Amino acid sequence: MYTQGLDAAGREPAPPDAASDAEREARFQARVDAEEKIEPKDWMPEAYRRTLIRQISQHAHSEIVGMLPEGNWITRAPSLLRKTILMAKVQDEGGHGAYLYAAAETLGVSREELVDQLLDGRAKYSSIFNYPTLTWADIGAIGWLVDGAAIMNQIPLCRCSYGPYARAMVRICKEESFHQRQGFEIMLKLARGATAQKNMAQDALNRWWWPSLMMFGPSDVDSKHSAQSMRWKIKRFSNDELRQKFVDFTAPQAEFLGLAVPDPELAWDESTQHYRFGSIDWREFEDVLKGHGPCNRERLEARRKAHEDGRWVREAAVAHAAKRAATARVAA
Amino acid sequence: MSATATASAAPDAAVAAARVRYVLRLADASLVLAQRLGEWIGHAPALEEDLGLANTALDLMGQARLLLGYAGELEGQGRDEDALAFLREEHEFLNPTLVEQPNGDFAHTIVRQFLFDAWQHELYTGLTSSSDERLAAIAAKALKETRYHLSYSSGWVVRLGDGTEESHARMQGALDALWPYTSELVETDELDRKMIAAGVAPPMEPMAAAWSARIDAVLRDATLARPAAAIYRWSGKQGRHSEHLGYLLADMQHLARTYPGATW
Amino acid sequence: MEHEGERTDGWALYEIFIRARAGLDHKHVGSVHATDARMALEHARDVYTRRQEGISIWVVRSADILASDPADADALFEPARDKVYRHPTFYDIPDEVKTL
Repeated sequence: MYTQGLDAAGREPAPPDAASDAEREARFQARVDAEEKIEPKDWMPEAYRRTLIRQISQHAHSEIVGMLPEGNWITRAPSLLRKTILMAKVQDEGGHGAYLYAAAETLGVSREELVDQLLDGRAKYSSIFNYPTLTWADIGAIGWLVDGAAIMNQIPLCRCSYGPYARAMVRICKEESFHQRQGFEIMLKLARGATAQKNMAQDALNRWWWPSLMMFGPSDVDSKHSAQSMRWKIKRFSNDELRQKFVDFTAPQAEFLGLAVPDPELAWDESTQHYRFGSIDWREFEDVLKGHGPCNRERLEARRKAHEDGRWVREAAVAHAAKRAATARVAA
Repeated sequence: MSATATASAAPDAAVAAARVRYVLRLADASLVLAQRLGEWIGHAPALEEDLGLANTALDLMGQARLLLGYAGELEGQGRDEDALAFLREEHEFLNPTLVEQPNGDFAHTIVRQFLFDAWQHELYTGLTSSSDERLAAIAAKALKETRYHLSYSSGWVVRLGDGTEESHARMQGALDALWPYTSELVETDELDRKMIAAGVAPPMEPMAAAWSARIDAVLRDATLARPAAAIYRWSGKQGRHSEHLGYLLADMQHLARTYPGATW
Repeated sequence: MEHEGERTDGWALYEIFIRARAGLDHKHVGSVHATDARMALEHARDVYTRRQEGISIWVVRSADILASDPADADALFEPARDKVYRHPTFYDIPDEVKTL
């Protein structure tokens, strides 16, 4: 019996004296309802395992692809401190991908298989990373808005039912809050800087606001997986709830910056104690998801190139290890 | 820490100016190499290597910032780390030509890194005994980082040198291409001699010998052949660079030069 | 038939354990891929200790870790439940006896 699920794939069903699947599902659901954590070798419905693999790997892919739009500005960061911070942030994103792939692998799938799914277009990743970073202000906007939206999603996941995923999320959330702060700090400097800088910041906000709202996904009425994921405590709040919370938190921040959110319908509603906001153009979201966003092709090509260009390196490392192991065996 | 605590006893203007240039050599080496490594983040052969290269880049950035800050203080003209990094021109950068070479493939990057790490290890070890207390302190801190970088890069040199036929060929090709840039590291020029005489810089011969011995040991383990000495002498540390530095600086300095005086 | 979980392309999975401070145990924090132990240590250091999370790292190939089977949990762990006499609270000592 090994810690990773790799040995369990394709196994025969449990021994004859075990309960029926319906009973095991009921017991499983009771554990989830009682906020008990499910760990890698625990019995789980196959659909739960599949959903988790999909959700966790999608999250991991998003972190990896997310390194690209910000990595784009590392060489051009306007001060040594900003360059250093951006390097650390993008490094963190790679780290987040590593934690998440590790969590996914506890469910009996290999990272190589997941990466193949990303590179041949079978797997999805967050739509937001298919937009271009056109100015330095975009780096501020991404930290402030995109990481801000990610945090909304991720904090509830720290309490999700699957142990390895929850623990990875705790680690990620600790790191993510610096990401958002560095973004906001960039925007603050720009907003209080020269006119050209303030214009740069406003322009970035204009381009990143709506895609950030789309990050939360369609209204749950239209979302396929929501209800079951809620029952299994893989998802704790609805897309709309999280999106509303994001707008409520962020609108005052934009006001503080002295920047205008590009939504004429954005207004505080005294009766609901929430911000009203305009309708999202879901056609853009669907187009981007289908691969027709501004940078879908470039992002995947960059990841494919990195993977292909690195193949000889990975193979050499394996060959070297085999050679040294053989030498050690002979010497022993 | 005040600049006066680190100046030599007799305020010799020529030696003071030389000290600034010497510190800039160290600073620019770390800065330019960090800039090159920054290009890799998100494109490395494996996810863990993205993090490893980023780690080296971050350490080098830290060194560059400390050293540039010190150089600016010594110079006494009000230039801070950003003024020095973003507003100097190519001929004012004093990094060795090795570090500005393009990344190429992973073999090129790792060979460049290993040759530099092995050098920086000797240099920083020597600098911990510098008569310049500030430099000694910076070197002592940086040495811990360099030890890790050297372990990382030499590990990869061995894996890739003694890996597959393809990896071996790429590594030997990279080594042959980059070797000519190493003579600049181990040769003394007038600035080096001034700094050695002042006790600021460590003597060159022991460092060069130790560097050479380590290179030999690792290359042997990697089944790679040490190239013959090159005839052309590069002189990036005197401000005469290869064509690559211009493009690197154009990219790096663009925003600062487009918005003079702006803070970010 | 190849199962999803079998492919590793030669980069084996290693489980990572970190001792946060002197006096604490090594704790499992996650996994990395590597082709040898030295690489696994470097990867673990770069992935899991960027914020001074530890002073010591253990790496173990995942394939070398043997774990108890959750199906055996009852047989392994239930029997300890009723051996309450292993706990000090089981014993009724008069208040006058101070040092027990």
